[in-house]
Amino acid sequence: MAGKTLFDKVWDDHIVDTVANGPQILYIDKHLIHEVTSPQAFAELEERGIPVARPDQIVATADHNTPTVDQHLPIQDTLSRNQLKKLTENCEKHGITLYGLGHEYNGIVHVIAPELGVTQPGMTMVCGDSHTSTHGAFGTIAFGIGTSQVAQVFASQCLLLTKPKKLRVSVNGELKKGVLPKDVILYIISQIGTNAGTGYFCEYAGNVFEDMSMEGRMTVCNMSIEMGARGGMIAPDETTFSYIEGRKFAPKAAEWDQKVAYWKTLPTDADAKFDKEYHFDAADIAPMVTYGTNPGMGIKVSGRIPDKEDENLEKSLEYMGFQKGESLIGKTINYVFIGSCTNSRIEDFRIAANYVKGKQKAAHVNAWLVPGSQQVAKQLVEEGLDHVFIEAGFALRQPGCSACLAMNDDKIPRGEYCVSTSNRNFEGRQGQGARTILASPLMAAATAVEGKIIDITKSLN
Amino acid sequence: MEKFTKLTETAVPLPVENIDTDQIIPARFLKATDKKGFGDNVFRDWRFNKDGSKNADFVLNNDAYSGPILVAGDNFGCGSSREHAAWALAGYGFKVVVSSFFADIFKGNALNNGILPVMVTSDYLKSLLKTIKENPKTKVTIDLEEQVIDSEVGQQSFDIDPYKKVCMINGYDDIDYLLSKKETIETFEKERKIAV
Ligand code: SF4
Repeated sequence: MAGKTLFDKVWDDHIVDTVANGPQILYIDKHLIHEVTSPQAFAELEERGIPVARPDQIVATADHNTPTVDQHLPIQDTLSRNQLKKLTENCEKHGITLYGLGHEYNGIVHVIAPELGVTQPGMTMVCGDSHTSTHGAFGTIAFGIGTSQVAQVFASQCLLLTKPKKLRVSVNGELKKGVLPKDVILYIISQIGTNAGTGYFCEYAGNVFEDMSMEGRMTVCNMSIEMGARGGMIAPDETTFSYIEGRKFAPKAAEWDQKVAYWKTLPTDADAKFDKEYHFDAADIAPMVTYGTNPGMGIKVSGRIPDKEDENLEKSLEYMGFQKGESLIGKTINYVFIGSCTNSRIEDFRIAANYVKGKQKAAHVNAWLVPGSQQVAKQLVEEGLDHVFIEAGFALRQPGCSACLAMNDDKIPRGEYCVSTSNRNFEGRQGQGARTILASPLMAAATAVEGKIIDITKSLN
Repeated sequence: MEKFTKLTETAVPLPVENIDTDQIIPARFLKATDKKGFGDNVFRDWRFNKDGSKNADFVLNNDAYSGPILVAGDNFGCGSSREHAAWALAGYGFKVVVSSFFADIFKGNALNNGILPVMVTSDYLKSLLKTIKENPKTKVTIDLEEQVIDSEVGQQSFDIDPYKKVCMINGYDDIDYLLSKKETIETFEKERKIAV
């Protein structure tokens, strides 16, 4: 019998039942919820008069629609205030743990679950948010679901699903200086396109991912959805175990040893087969920027926008105000956003601070730093990074999704460019008419200091 | 969800192709926090004129045509994946939609909300639309167990996912189905190698 992949092993361990000629019932270990996609699901349960099946397997936070300034004051925006009120009421009523606004564990759902040790290898995790794929960095099957599926999980702690196909993306070799995990994933998506993963669950393999920190792996898995995959996974190893050990909800004592022993059985068997494979050489990857309106429209910062006949490209460039064949180097930028569940962990701020230290941001740039969680915000202060940023003129805000989806007041004005560490550069994603350029935290920090896009590789050498 | 086995009823003809979910329920009605009330706004912008008056030309405003079966043009339910489209059709009272093609996500949403999508050939659809248009009293029979549609135009069989068929016949949606598996799920939890 052919070997099993990491994905097979975790999936198969969670099959409760298979419906004859139909889908499978998959057991869900952890269900993360937030204020925007949960109220209808709670209402659905209420209408049917059924309870939440496993409240202790749910963790709630407020992040999508929360302000990033004056979080201690009553919320001004009515929609946001009502959503938070509803979330609090629903969590109280059903006995669900809520890390609401102002709580020491509050933050973006995909940042807090790993940092609290909720996310562990071999689990199945879901959330009503497409970037749930982030948790796959731990060797977890994690994916975003729609509101009616949120209700299914509330009702039964299970989902009816058909097993996706398996895809593997391998990157081997040595990364160049200044190339960060964000560049690796932007590069992959620019090569294979935004639909290559549709219908698949992806595994990332190769020494590049093995050598990455957990923060870096989370950045990569986070953007799996941007190539169409339902989720992405990386095999758990010593890096994974030492990240989890000692965290609040991490297994302790004998249970720890037992779990680690199990986690060690999860990596893909040598003879396992994938439905589709891609291979890349790390040496080909450079710091990336996007020039268009989907995450697949990325180029090396030293490269040029493709010059080809393509209606989509033309439409995107018109929105972005760029020309075919143009280089982005030297473009004046007025907004920089370092945040979102892609790049708002302590490591991201360390990288940015390391570049910014002793420098000043350009006078015309609005540079927003939004930590992913209260814990990250606290650590920033403990490491003295807050001083580095404040002295350089950056605005350090309070945790939340913020300008990643601009549901709150953190919007980029119409027509303005924003070099952003988030994950989506869709039209209007950061505010109506806003033009997003996706990049790594290093590229974002450099843009803030220079006031324009620069070839970071030159200043590093 | 109501059980569905067989029905013989009159039908409403809507010979428009590529009806997308935005036409079925416009985006501005998506703010509600439950499933109720969407029926009032189904095909909102076709049923009502800009000034809020009824559009007398639209079939749902024509008293001659009524019934729980909607017969619509090719590629029904395309566009955004919003489940609200199924809620709106069900809320209005439709139990069956007949067309020559359904968008995938809409099909899933419809089945999960008690609406049976019946796919027929283009020729059958054309004749059926014509017959109903000429004679609004035309009866159409949908037999789910046999997977057959029957009318004066003739008989045709249709496909349905076997799991979804069981759900419709028993009046189950995914949540009901999962709740019916409660014991199996509990046994799974108890017997797991590694519990969470
Ligand atoms: S930061 Fe952006 S992508 Fe991440 S959870 Fe929030 S809205 Fe979604």
